[in-house]
Amino acid sequence: MTGAEILLESLKREGVEVMFGYPGGQVLPIFDKLYDSDIKFILTRHEQGAAHAADGYARATGKPGVCLATSGPGATNLVTGIANACMDSIPMIAITGQVKTFLIGNDAFQEADVTGITRPITKHNYLVKDVKELASTIREAFYIATSGRPGPVLIDIPSDVQLADTEFIWPEVPEIRSYKPTYFGHPGQIKKAAKLISDSKRPILYIGGGVISSGAHKELRILAESLKAPLTWTLMGIGAFPGDHELSLGMLGMHGTAYANHAIMESDLIIAIGARFDDRVTGRIDAFAPHAKVIHIDIDPSSISKNVRVDIPIGGDAKNIIGELLEQIKKAPDTTEWLKTVELWKKKYPMKYKDEGKLKPQYVVEEIYNLTKGDAIITTEVGQNQMWAAQWYKYNHPRTFISSGGLGTMGFGFPAAMGAKVAYPEKLVFDIAGDGSIQMNIQELATCVANKIHVKVAILNNGYLGMVRQWQELFYKRRYSHVAITAPDFVKLAESFGAVGIRVTKKEEVRGALEKAAKIDNTVFIDFVVEGEENVYPMVPAGKAINEIIGGLA
Amino acid sequence: MRHTISVLVENKFGVLARVAGLFSARGYNIASLAVSETLDPSISYMTIVVEAQDEKILEQINKQLNKLIDVITVTDFTKKAHIDREMVMAKVEYSPKDKAKLESIFDKYVGKIIKAKAGIAIIEAVGDQAQIKGLLEQLDKFGVKELVRTGRLAIAE
Repeated sequence: MTGAEILLESLKREGVEVMFGYPGGQVLPIFDKLYDSDIKFILTRHEQGAAHAADGYARATGKPGVCLATSGPGATNLVTGIANACMDSIPMIAITGQVKTFLIGNDAFQEADVTGITRPITKHNYLVKDVKELASTIREAFYIATSGRPGPVLIDIPSDVQLADTEFIWPEVPEIRSYKPTYFGHPGQIKKAAKLISDSKRPILYIGGGVISSGAHKELRILAESLKAPLTWTLMGIGAFPGDHELSLGMLGMHGTAYANHAIMESDLIIAIGARFDDRVTGRIDAFAPHAKVIHIDIDPSSISKNVRVDIPIGGDAKNIIGELLEQIKKAPDTTEWLKTVELWKKKYPMKYKDEGKLKPQYVVEEIYNLTKGDAIITTEVGQNQMWAAQWYKYNHPRTFISSGGLGTMGFGFPAAMGAKVAYPEKLVFDIAGDGSIQMNIQELATCVANKIHVKVAILNNGYLGMVRQWQELFYKRRYSHVAITAPDFVKLAESFGAVGIRVTKKEEVRGALEKAAKIDNTVFIDFVVEGEENVYPMVPAGKAINEIIGGLA
Repeated sequence: MRHTISVLVENKFGVLARVAGLFSARGYNIASLAVSETLDPSISYMTIVVEAQDEKILEQINKQLNKLIDVITVTDFTKKAHIDREMVMAKVEYSPKDKAKLESIFDKYVGKIIKAKAGIAIIEAVGDQAQIKGLLEQLDKFGVKELVRTGRLAIAE
């Protein structure tokens, strides 16, 4: 078989059904073989779209997403998407063409040192110089991308390797002497944690994306309900636990609920699972949760004790460890008083916004929830749209909220929605977008229409790069520097691509427009013309303790 | 404070870049780095001397190194019995009348003259950090024109 044939055969054996990508000079041999392949290939309109679509596909399914691009600019266009997947621990395989082996290092046409460029933003990467190593490299790449703390793996394949011939040997799952992820917790540590939990009075579960990637949501629910401990989560943890459950406090941190932030600050025990105490969560680190002991469960040892002092570190897979903990906890703590206190905070500081004057973006998000009953897959861009989507929609299932957490990539949501829709064609997929973000990968509208990937895009159009404007309003004396942004007529734009555009300016029109969009068998852009200077509240200014909350409170 | 760690890595191209890149990306300082093949040619041995303010940073360096796929083991020598050595070569100002004076240094300190001509003597020395430091202080009196060091090598006892 040729290298190109080996690549496609290997992908099939790894269970790959769909790839997102873009052709080019140094991947011609692969595209020639794709012509006859039954792997579905989605031609995006930009390689960044392909990377985010593969990422969205992976977040929606839990399976690795695959993207393919040519050398040089094709590969560098993937870079943002790869970094995005890396920050959020998403399993992804990026395949790039490379100039012929004998030209490498010669500054050849469309040459870039892609393994060099992507080294710090991949879990691992490879340059395959010998076709005999191709199959085993692909096997190893998939194993690394999907095991331990997942992440993107890039395979750079020179075009002469794609053409070279060798016998195809599909290897066993590799034994890598230098890579042995830990899946089970240390029994002694789990015993200690169980005791600490039993003795606690004000425990709180602090949940991150690790619970979702581990598939530990059922175990988590059993744990929370048996401890009667309130839960809060990070942006990445949304969906790991039902948002409408009485124990749930919603998201914490910079734009978290006031009651989640007060609860974690006053807790005496934080049980952190698959979360990494990111600065958007902890606020001023030396003021964070001063009374709390910390149990930190994470599959990545380097996430533990990185930002906060941890009393009981437990390395391993969330699902296994929660199971082990449940066996070891002999006595649930008495949280009656604690839950009463938390309930008081919930009553005193409810989530709210002033629903008057112009159409409010929060109202649009609430109506998307009311229409879909939490059954849709929601993707977001980055900025105010993302925070409102996180705050005003209740996510009850894992993998229904898809958002760029760590890297904060504007332009992620639309191609990610495409990836999710390809994975689940029967599901309603909404991208909650801003008028700034949607313009960053708007070319993918052509991909959606051409491939009948009918996602619905709710543009919260406020005429500003809203989150930056909010910071300029609050911290830079309202000196609005380059945040007013023009946009095309989104309705006409959608129509020109063969999609459907709807404009909504009044509250009364919202529900009807959403229903119409959901019914139309096409990609739909809904241009919600909303209040220009609405802010995301509550808010903890950067560098403040997370109970120093401004705005939106009673 | 300086800490010595050793790292066993897969002997593949790009591995040194991965290790060096990790230090720069995370803002850790490498004071010295020495790399070579081991008895098993598929494995390389790195001795890295790092600047770390506290235990927490050292622990992170250790964990981050372990996270690299090609890193096999990391050993922190801070609390582990080990021997370390460094080799230095120095060019010092020299005239034949200084010969006895220069050589008398080597009664007390490690090192020897390996070449001397045209006003310059090249000295080599192998020793631990205290020995090297002592030698360099003595050589300073003669005027050191150039100094090259291998960086520290360490081996567990």
